[in-house]
Amino acid sequence: MLGGERGEVLGQYRSAEACRGLVRSIERLADGLRTARFMEFCGGHTHAIMRHGLRGLLPPNIELLSGPGCPVCVTAQADVDRALAFARLEGVTVATFGDMVRVPGSGGSLQEARALGADVRVVYSPLDAVALARSLRSRQVVFLAVGFETTAPGVAAALLQARKEGLANFSVFSLLKATPPSMCAIAQAGEVRLDGVIGPGHVSTVIGAKAWEFLPRDYGIGCAVAGFEPTDILLGVLELLRMVRRREPAVANCYPRSVREGGNAIAQQLIAAAFQLVDVEWRGLGFIPASGLKLAPDLAEFDAEHRFALPKATGEQGAHTACRCGEVLRGVLEPPACPLFANACTPERPVGPCMVSSEGACAAYYELGAA
Amino acid sequence: MAAGLIRLAHGSGGLLTQELVHSLFVRTLGDEELSRLLDAAVLDHSSALQAGSRLAMTTDAYVVDPLEFPGGDIGKLAVCGTVNDLAATAAQPLWMSAAWILEEGLEIERLRRLVFSMKEAAAEAGIRLVTGDTKVVPHGLAGGAYIGAAGVGIIPPGRDVGPHRIQPGDAILVNGTLGDHGMAIMLLREGISMDTPIESDCAPLNGLVEALFEVGISVHCLRDATRGGVGAVLCELALQSGLGMIVHEEALPVREAVAAACEILGLDPLFVANEGKMVAFLPASEAERALAVWRAHPYGRGAALIGEVAPGKPIVRLRTTIGSERQVRLPAGELLPRIC
Repeated sequence: MLGGERGEVLGQYRSAEACRGLVRSIERLADGLRTARFMEFCGGHTHAIMRHGLRGLLPPNIELLSGPGCPVCVTAQADVDRALAFARLEGVTVATFGDMVRVPGSGGSLQEARALGADVRVVYSPLDAVALARSLRSRQVVFLAVGFETTAPGVAAALLQARKEGLANFSVFSLLKATPPSMCAIAQAGEVRLDGVIGPGHVSTVIGAKAWEFLPRDYGIGCAVAGFEPTDILLGVLELLRMVRRREPAVANCYPRSVREGGNAIAQQLIAAAFQLVDVEWRGLGFIPASGLKLAPDLAEFDAEHRFALPKATGEQGAHTACRCGEVLRGVLEPPACPLFANACTPERPVGPCMVSSEGACAAYYELGAA
Repeated sequence: MAAGLIRLAHGSGGLLTQELVHSLFVRTLGDEELSRLLDAAVLDHSSALQAGSRLAMTTDAYVVDPLEFPGGDIGKLAVCGTVNDLAATAAQPLWMSAAWILEEGLEIERLRRLVFSMKEAAAEAGIRLVTGDTKVVPHGLAGGAYIGAAGVGIIPPGRDVGPHRIQPGDAILVNGTLGDHGMAIMLLREGISMDTPIESDCAPLNGLVEALFEVGISVHCLRDATRGGVGAVLCELALQSGLGMIVHEEALPVREAVAAACEILGLDPLFVANEGKMVAFLPASEAERALAVWRAHPYGRGAALIGEVAPGKPIVRLRTTIGSERQVRLPAGELLPRIC
């Protein structure tokens, strides 16, 4: 059962008065400072920032850049194409989360494949995919797992459940990814000067705030782990500004009602039990060492990549040539600066994944753009 | 057992069809014209038409899944949808038709409930069900039952509402909470239960609209906010009127349970479907009076002034509760919950 206390609980995090107070503190600290650039790692943050119009409340010398924290967006084109190849296999039902069905691959999207007769189902939880396999015994159900550390424990639980039941018609095509390596790749590349990172609140609930300690230690970049309400995000910005002012980058947990220093041990154990870290490709960021969560060797029988021999890709590889999602994901380009934005690329006819996903920066800018 | 289910033979035009039409539809709906079972309803309009009055006609298809939901069912929905479309043109609904596409295997008792609910809603709205049709399709081809409905109403002389009449400065009113219908259906479909159950707002709104005209409010435009919610209505009307709209987030009426469910599913109640919400544009000077009229009506208790029409670019701007501003745009595609 869900509570009916949203007014009381959320209200305090959306209070106009609290926001005004935080904005005043931010203005005081930002006064006289050179432009400070903070990257919000998480697409959920980008969305919340746009939805609540937070940029318009901040002083002009504070820039917010969106980062790579949208699992659908960072899925490599080759992986989208492989997902499509699974959907075209005879006798295979592909189950996945909603946004994934609209991402264009080299030869159409899963949604288009479905319109042409492929069996593609949208599920809300990995366990729904297990239930689907139970009810479709004559078909092979491939769960297309897209997500970060927040999604991985649920997929792990589904895998362990399938093994327990001996569900021979269930498998997982894992495109799950670990987030810190991507932030590390961005910091290392040094393409954008960053004065701080707004750390992902939900991911950090699983992996712990301390997972971001490498940012101040190795790169001199502060990190404020934040929640998703306006006051949460403003508090994160304020903490980062304090670090910039004092020249003392650190990791601040601004979301203590959800995030602990060490994270959620049970969720971490589930991830460790079901997955192993491998090098995988991220859209826009290339291959990143030890950043992909592939199935652990003792779960290989549930690994869709082992179970099915996919046909080799057919020539027309690669993304739309003018699509600049990669640069958007690295924080190099703001969505409206892409020549396709709102012209050739809209949420109705997306060219790149950042315009598809509800967490994609382009979709957030398009649907929730500042007036 | 099979006697209690719709069979293909019920659509064959033979005895079973006749029996279904007579014993279920005609008897339940009880309209005099319908019971004559002519090829077309023959309607006497002499009492309804006056010099300068105009006819309004609408048609819609109803395919809701599940067929019955908290606060309504497909029968009531078909009547309310038809009535509200007519009311949005300032028409007084008079006659409607219903073509039922039934799926083989539908329980006849269930169908009777749906038809009875249709009759009750029609009686409440004062619209007559004067003609109809029944077809049966094989199992698996329709979600139990679909309804195609059409309605005719009369716009009394002197009434002219539509986007062409929207003026800068107009007040924007809505008669109650947003997103109840869409969220009731979505939670039912997804099997999510809430502390406070959410009921569909499915209701005929012709009385609510008439109440404004009765006290002489100069209504400029009305729009039934169904699919796409109030947000979609405002975006469409901004384009059609060529004027901007400003919406105040704080003023948007949303039930706690709907707001909580929207938070969890990542949806914006502004874009969630309603089946009993009318958006009205009228001069700001008459807004208080219109609000009072609506709040005194059973379907307008939660009425609110949610924004105003502004000159300038034809876009919708939302003033947030925390004092910022953003543009409201139509969401693309289906409403899908977020994935992480």
